Amino acid sequence: MFDGLLIGCVYGLAAMGLSLVWGVMNVINLAHGVMIAFGMFGLYFLFSGFGVNPYVLLLPIIGAGFVCGVVIYWVAVHRVIGRPILTSLLSTFAVNMVMIGLGTTLWSTSPYYVDFTLAGITIGRYTFTGDHIAAATAAVIMAVGLQTFLYYTRFGKAIRATADNRDAAELMGISSAQVLTVSFGLGVALAAASGGLAATLFPFTVLSGGAYQLKSFVVTVLAGLGKPLGALAAGILLGLLEGAVTPFIAISWIPLIEFGLFVAVLVLFPSGLFGRAG
Amino acid sequence: MLARPSFWMIVSVTLVFAVLPLATGDANLRENLIIIAVAIALASNLNLMIGYTGYVNFGNVVAYGLGGYIGLYLTTVTGWPLLAAAIGAGIAVSLFTLVFGLAILRLRGAYFGLATIGILEAVRTFASNFSPWGSAAGLYVSMSAYQPLGGPMRAVWIAYLAVVAVMGISMLLSLFVKRSKFGLGLFAIREDEDAAVVLGVNATVYKSVVYSISAFLPAVVGALIFYKNGMIDPGGAFDLSLSIEAIVMLLLGGRGTVTGAVIGAALYEQLRGYLLTSPSFTNFHLVITGGLLLIIILFAPEGLIGGLYRLLPRARRVFE
Repeated sequence: MFDGLLIGCVYGLAAMGLSLVWGVMNVINLAHGVMIAFGMFGLYFLFSGFGVNPYVLLLPIIGAGFVCGVVIYWVAVHRVIGRPILTSLLSTFAVNMVMIGLGTTLWSTSPYYVDFTLAGITIGRYTFTGDHIAAATAAVIMAVGLQTFLYYTRFGKAIRATADNRDAAELMGISSAQVLTVSFGLGVALAAASGGLAATLFPFTVLSGGAYQLKSFVVTVLAGLGKPLGALAAGILLGLLEGAVTPFIAISWIPLIEFGLFVAVLVLFPSGLFGRAG
Repeated sequence: MLARPSFWMIVSVTLVFAVLPLATGDANLRENLIIIAVAIALASNLNLMIGYTGYVNFGNVVAYGLGGYIGLYLTTVTGWPLLAAAIGAGIAVSLFTLVFGLAILRLRGAYFGLATIGILEAVRTFASNFSPWGSAAGLYVSMSAYQPLGGPMRAVWIAYLAVVAVMGISMLLSLFVKRSKFGLGLFAIREDEDAAVVLGVNATVYKSVVYSISAFLPAVVGALIFYKNGMIDPGGAFDLSLSIEAIVMLLLGGRGTVTGAVIGAALYEQLRGYLLTSPSFTNFHLVITGGLLLIIILFAPEGLIGGLYRLLPRARRVFE
């Protein structure tokens, strides 16, 4: 149960990037999942290459993710901004296919895992594994960081202004191309970071990004768009829910439940559970 | 309808597909043509959603896979004859999508697209856990199940002809919907859903009905194909890449046109044939498909037929 809460923080982080891109540019990035998977592989190769603490390695992964995001933005997304949403769905999906194809060619679809554990903390009858706690802490730090960036810096405010009304923001002298590039880069960087964190917890394959992407959608619609702390809270909620149902039903049924939740939330609460408060 | 050149083109293409392998008795040719026929049927039905209504259905393969499962279950476990099972599968899947569509098609645009990715995952999860459908191992057709059709050899030919017939019906359906009042309602939704609603198009009902119609024939094809193949498993039945390939075919040919779906499907299958014959490309073909999709979306969103229309405006009348 408590484990669910910790894992939920990682889900929340995975969803933040998606939510940011979706909220700011009204583009649903279907290459989000594969970027999570690339983050996992990034961590795996850096860790086995240099053997440094994986939490330190998150920094280069975030940097590389940002660069990837900027490149994807200029190759595939910039031309379709403002066109019907169908177009950007298809173009990010095309990117997704290309990257999955590259990933399977390079690393096949067999599972990998990062051989790293932290000593756990034992309180009473329960033991909390150290890597779960560390991953959750890292996720919370990044969520708070993003929230601060969006609400208390000049550039963050520009991002939020563009999300609210791109034309008006442009008239106020905000370069929307710059804002969109940075937000897309940030979104992908967050995906890669959450992938890196998830890699320290579970074994993974090239295709594992898909499961996190589905969870990210659920979290994003739960939280509403563009709210980092809301995404974190919704992620924790999802993690807790998973923790709570696993004793009763087989784990392979979980995608079905998540999908049911996704549709139910979309139909019942179109602006997210925290839609009004935010 | 009978005065339209497109109608006669569809009829002649279908006849060629049916007669050519029968006359030569060439099994290789038959196998090549059946792949193209399936692609045409899937792309034409997908066109009703993407091309006509402007709603992207990433999970279009769900109908195909579910149809396969239901069809195989009906033929092997309950012993229905093949055609009855195929049509039964089509009806069951259509009803399912109708009910489901009424629930989720209140979602607009992108949200619907996301929901269709979710439904693919969810149905696959269901099929890999549902024990009457053999869970992860899937279902098999025993040799005795082919007996009513006169043994496996004849059964394969019958399945082939049935698939070709469904392909012909799919193309006719596309043409018919395009020229109907219902089709005009769909186009209105695609262009501006709010305006369409104001003008009295009941968008939710229209979308749900077209979603359901576009699931019927793919389900029939699925039932026939998986019967012919003799087995079905969750990975093969609910393969996201097949869904996406159908989208690529449609965009390649030109969405919203009857001919575009057909040409795109035939061309794409040829291309894929080349890529798959060399083993080093099997994974890489995803990269090429993705790259192709990206190029089409960014630089030629109207596809081949769109280009033809621009060069020869009169072609619009002939190739609908």
